[in-house]
Amino acid sequence: MIGRLWAIAYNTFREAVRDRVLYNLILFALLIVGSSALFGQISIEINRIVLINLGLTAISLFGIVIAIFIGIGLVSKEIEKRTLYTVLAARPVRRWEFITGKFLGLVMTLTVNALLMSAGFFAAVMYVSHGLGRGDLQLVVAIYFILLEFVLITALALLFSTFSTPVFSSIFAFAIFAVGTFAQDLRGFASMTPGMTRWIMTGASYLVPNFASLNVISQVAHDTAVDPKLILLNTLYVLIYAAAVMTASVWIFERRNLK
Amino acid sequence: MAFRVERSKRQFSGRSRSNWLTRNEPSAIILTKQMAAIEIDGLEKSYKTGFFGNRFIQGLKPLTLSVEEGEVFGCLGPNGAGKTTTLKLLLGLVFPSGGTARILGCDLSDIGVKRLIGFLPEQPYFYDHLTALELLDYYARLSGVDPRERKHKVDKALARVGMIDSGKTQLRKFSKGMLQRVGIAQAIVHDPKLVLLDEPMSGLDPIGRREVRDLVQELNEEGKTIFFSTHILSDAETVCDRVAVLNKGELKGVGVVADLLREVSGEVELVWSGAQAIPALSALGARCHATGEVVRAVLPERLLEAALDAMRASHARLTSVTPVRATLEDYFLARIGEEKPNEVNA
Repeated sequence: MIGRLWAIAYNTFREAVRDRVLYNLILFALLIVGSSALFGQISIEINRIVLINLGLTAISLFGIVIAIFIGIGLVSKEIEKRTLYTVLAARPVRRWEFITGKFLGLVMTLTVNALLMSAGFFAAVMYVSHGLGRGDLQLVVAIYFILLEFVLITALALLFSTFSTPVFSSIFAFAIFAVGTFAQDLRGFASMTPGMTRWIMTGASYLVPNFASLNVISQVAHDTAVDPKLILLNTLYVLIYAAAVMTASVWIFERRNLK
Repeated sequence: MAFRVERSKRQFSGRSRSNWLTRNEPSAIILTKQMAAIEIDGLEKSYKTGFFGNRFIQGLKPLTLSVEEGEVFGCLGPNGAGKTTTLKLLLGLVFPSGGTARILGCDLSDIGVKRLIGFLPEQPYFYDHLTALELLDYYARLSGVDPRERKHKVDKALARVGMIDSGKTQLRKFSKGMLQRVGIAQAIVHDPKLVLLDEPMSGLDPIGRREVRDLVQELNEEGKTIFFSTHILSDAETVCDRVAVLNKGELKGVGVVADLLREVSGEVELVWSGAQAIPALSALGARCHATGEVVRAVLPERLLEAALDAMRASHARLTSVTPVRATLEDYFLARIGEEKPNEVNA
C-alpha cells in the first residue's frame, strides 16, 4: 500500500515539475528582488515590514493558486483523459489509495515550491536586516501556517474535482478560500444576528475552513510572537478538517461510475 | 505419459461450446475441466439520464457469457453496442445495475485479482510527461512487480512491442500508433494471465494491425487468455477462437467462429462448361454468371442434389462444386444488419 501511495504521489509531483509549475519561482524571485530594491530606499525598518508582508503573502498566494489550478484537475483530468483507467482498472490500486496518493503528491509539490521560495525569502530578509535574529523564528511559524493552508485548499480542490468540472471546481475552490479568509468576521457577524439566523450563520461560519486563523503574516511582520497554543490548535484543526474533506472525496469517488 | 495440449483455434474447433479443453493422445481423447477466465452471469448496466435523473438508458442488457482460460475471445459490435461497457464492468470502472461476474474465479470486488489482469483502453492516453520507460516502471510498481525484476520486465515489455529504442522519449512526442504499442506494453508488463484489449487495432495502419494480431497470438501461445473488443471483423476472424456479437447492449450470438460462419453460409458454387444448364439452374433460384464457356452458379446447399440432377439432364460437364466460405462480416450483418445499427464498420 505504501509503495502504491508513494508511486502515485511521486508521479503527481513529477507531472507538476515537468509541466513547469516551478517556473513561478522565477516570478517570485523577481518580486522579492524588485521589492527589496524599491522599498530599501525608504528605510530599513519599513523595508523589512514590507518585505515580510509581501514575501509571505506571495508564498501563500502563489501556492494557493497552484493548489487550486492543479488540485481541481487531479481527478477530473485523469477521468477526462482516461489515464486513470489503466491505474484503477488493471492494477491492485484501491480508489482511496489513488485519491490519497494524488493529494500527497500535490502537497509535496506545494511544499517543495514553498520551501524554495522560503529560501529566497530568508535570503532577502537577511539582506535587508543584515542577518537573522531569534525573532525571525516567527517567520518559520508563518511559513508553517502557510503550508497548513496548502493542505486545506488541496483537500478542498480535490473534493470538488471528484464530482465537478474543472471550471466549476475552480470557482468553488476560490469562493471557499475567499469566504474562509473572512471566517472570523463571519463568526463575529453571526453573533450579532438574532434568532434562527444566528444559529444558521454560526453553523455556516464554523463549517467553512478557517483560513483567517492561519494567516499570521501581519503579526510576524511586526515582530509579534505567535501563541504556541495556536500552533497546536491550527495543526489539529487542519488535520481534522482535511481528513474530513478527504473522507468525503473518497466517499464520492468510491461510488462514481468512471464512464 | 506425454500428451499434447492443443492450443488456440484447435481447442475450440468443435461444433458445440463446452467448458472442456481437448488433450489429444494417439489413441484417446482426455477431457480436463478448466476454470473459466471470465464468467458473466446476467450482468447489466443502466444509466440515469434526464435533468432529474429519473429516466434510464440500458447500456448493457443482462449478459451471460463465459470465456475459457487460454482462449482468444472477441467481443464484436458496432459503436455503442456495449463492448466497452462490458469491459468497464469487468474492471470495476463502472458498477453493475444487476448480475454478477467473476474473473479468474474471483469476485469483481477482489482487488488482488487485478495483479493478474492487463488492460488496454480504447484510444489510450497516458501521462505524457513521462518517458515510455518511466510509464512502464510506474505501472509495474503499481502492479507490485518485484523491484529486482522490474527493470527486466519493463525492458522486455517494451522490446515485445518494438519500442525499446524509444524508451527514453516522452510520450507527448509519440504518434498514435506508438501510443497504442506502449499501451499494449503496459498491459503485459506485469505478466498477467488475462489480457483485456479494447479496440487494440483501432487507429493502426495495416502493418501495425498485423503486428498486434501476431502479438495477440504470441501471448495466447504463452497461455494467456485474451479478451478483446473490436469492430474490425477481419482481425477478429483471424485471431479469435470464439466471438460474441453485441448490438444495442444485447448479446446477439456467441460461439466458435467456424460454427457461426456455418450458420450464415450454406451455399455452394457450381462451375461447369457450356450454357445449356443455365435456364434449369436459374429456375431453381441459382445466381448464374457466364464467362465465355465457363459458367458459375451459386445456390443454397439444400438445392445441390436438384441442381446436379438438372445438370445431368442438360448433359452439362461439371468442373467443380465448392462450399461458399462466409466471413464474420456476413454473420455480423446477418445478426444485426436488419436492426440498422447507428454505425457498422467492417
